[in-house]
Amino acid sequence: MSSRETPPKHARKAYRFAFAHRLARGLPAALLALALLGAWEAYVDLGSVSSIVLPAPHEVAAEAWSNAGLLAANLELTAQEVGLGVLLALVLGFVLGVLIHLSPLLRRAVYPLAVGSQAVPVALIGVLLVFWWGFGVLPKLFVIVLICFFPVVVTTVDGLAAVDPDQLKLLRTLGASRWQALRFGELPAAIPAALSGARIALAVGVIGAYIAETSTATSGPYAGLGHQINADINALQTPRAYAAAAVLFVFAIACFYTLALAERVLAPWAQKQRGEFP
Amino acid sequence: MAFDWGLTPANADPSNLWGNARGGSAVQTQTQSREGQAPPARGLSQAAAAKWAGDAQSDHAVRLDAVSHAYEDRRGSVIQALAGVSLHAPRGSVLAVVGPSGCGKTTLLELICGLQQPDAGTVECDQAVLMPQRDLLLPWLSAVDNAALALRIAGDSRARARTRGAALFEELGLSGFERARPRELSGGMRQRVAFLRTLLSGKPLLCLDEPLSALDAITRQEMQEWLTGALLREPRTVMIVTHDVEEAIVLADRVAVLSPRPGRVVAELTVGLPRPRKRTDPEVLALREQAMRALQMGASVGDSPSSGDSLR
Repeated sequence: MSSRETPPKHARKAYRFAFAHRLARGLPAALLALALLGAWEAYVDLGSVSSIVLPAPHEVAAEAWSNAGLLAANLELTAQEVGLGVLLALVLGFVLGVLIHLSPLLRRAVYPLAVGSQAVPVALIGVLLVFWWGFGVLPKLFVIVLICFFPVVVTTVDGLAAVDPDQLKLLRTLGASRWQALRFGELPAAIPAALSGARIALAVGVIGAYIAETSTATSGPYAGLGHQINADINALQTPRAYAAAAVLFVFAIACFYTLALAERVLAPWAQKQRGEFP
Repeated sequence: MAFDWGLTPANADPSNLWGNARGGSAVQTQTQSREGQAPPARGLSQAAAAKWAGDAQSDHAVRLDAVSHAYEDRRGSVIQALAGVSLHAPRGSVLAVVGPSGCGKTTLLELICGLQQPDAGTVECDQAVLMPQRDLLLPWLSAVDNAALALRIAGDSRARARTRGAALFEELGLSGFERARPRELSGGMRQRVAFLRTLLSGKPLLCLDEPLSALDAITRQEMQEWLTGALLREPRTVMIVTHDVEEAIVLADRVAVLSPRPGRVVAELTVGLPRPRKRTDPEVLALREQAMRALQMGASVGDSPSSGDSLR
């Protein structure tokens, strides 16, 4: 039917402009960012604050330019922590979500503790983590996983619970076992919800990496962007701290949209078709 | 359209296509009391199925005797869905159940499919597969994967299930749409894919819950003709639940009329007309009158629980 017909002419023409179209879609965000940067620049240039308290954007940019090597090396470390940590959190959160869905006993046992775990101040356990695992990446991963797994658990459990009961009845009359109902019906249905959780996890994962680097000691020349920010603040090198924060800022955005791309591949059926108002 | 499902050259081995339960008679028995003994195993082995069939000594695919069922709604109040329903459907026949909305028709099918246990009475049925009111196609599977879902569940590989499913697509007027996702299909096509999924389960008893009610009038009529042709060529035992009296008469060998909740059988009509039938045939219209009268009488006695059976 209509979906299999060749696209109409205007659609093909539109395809040619798809790239320009994408750029145009980014325009509002770019304009807003520019406006905010302009306001910031004006605020500082009018002499409202010293650059130790708040450096102007042009200072930050210059600092970023001259410290590109340092920032890149620290970003690499932090990106590894975030990537690995969020990935672990996704796996752990999804598996835990499925187990909680399958076992009411486990739900009663684990769910309250998982909620409570989100209230544990990381600084409190930082010393212990270092005592256990030293100065390497392991304590940081633990902190990131601790911060990120929770949204994945919650969205996965909700996604699994939202499966149409009639769908499960149908699968039963088709002869499906509990395991097959999970495999053919529930797990795929829960993927979009779990991916929403993953998006939240990724966004908080970046600040999680900062918290992790702050609360667990680190050694070595490069210790991650979070560690660098803290060191620069203490050394009154505020512009460089801002430059590092700007890198984190862009990194978080890049992560988020990379995951959005992954969603199109992993759950193409869940792409929303929106009713459009003229 | 030609309908020799499973006997097409592409499927030289029809018993494979239909699964081993084809025309089979794996009887399950469900007896009183929902707290009682564990429900009998479904999905019996071949040997066990044959034994059951032998024991049953019955040509009936469906035997409901004095079945009652109540359930609790969300607020916790008990709703009596069925009160003393007795129904029998010989193997290979089409039994339609008509009744007003909320008379327990869906509950009836769920009892037959073993999704619920009766509070009282007995349910003895062949292995049944449900085609629910909504098509419930899985949005992440292609049309052919949806149709072949039962084959995957039965252990076929994805490739094998696809081949067996795709072999029937042309007969159902779906060729070219094997790889389409459900949301790319029209309502009628989705319904046909859902019907194919039901058929490919290989179970001898098909329970269709308002299979055509979601369709527009024209598609609906096409599907009725299509279903009639399908059942002519490949008789199966079919339980079809509908609130459309004409549809029931056009499709079924017998029509049972249920009263409003709690549902009970207030009339059973035998439709001895040759197929295919048209909605406008005078005999169909006469039977329709009869059924409508029964429906109205059922509605008027619906409040007094004991008088229902006297109308049979």
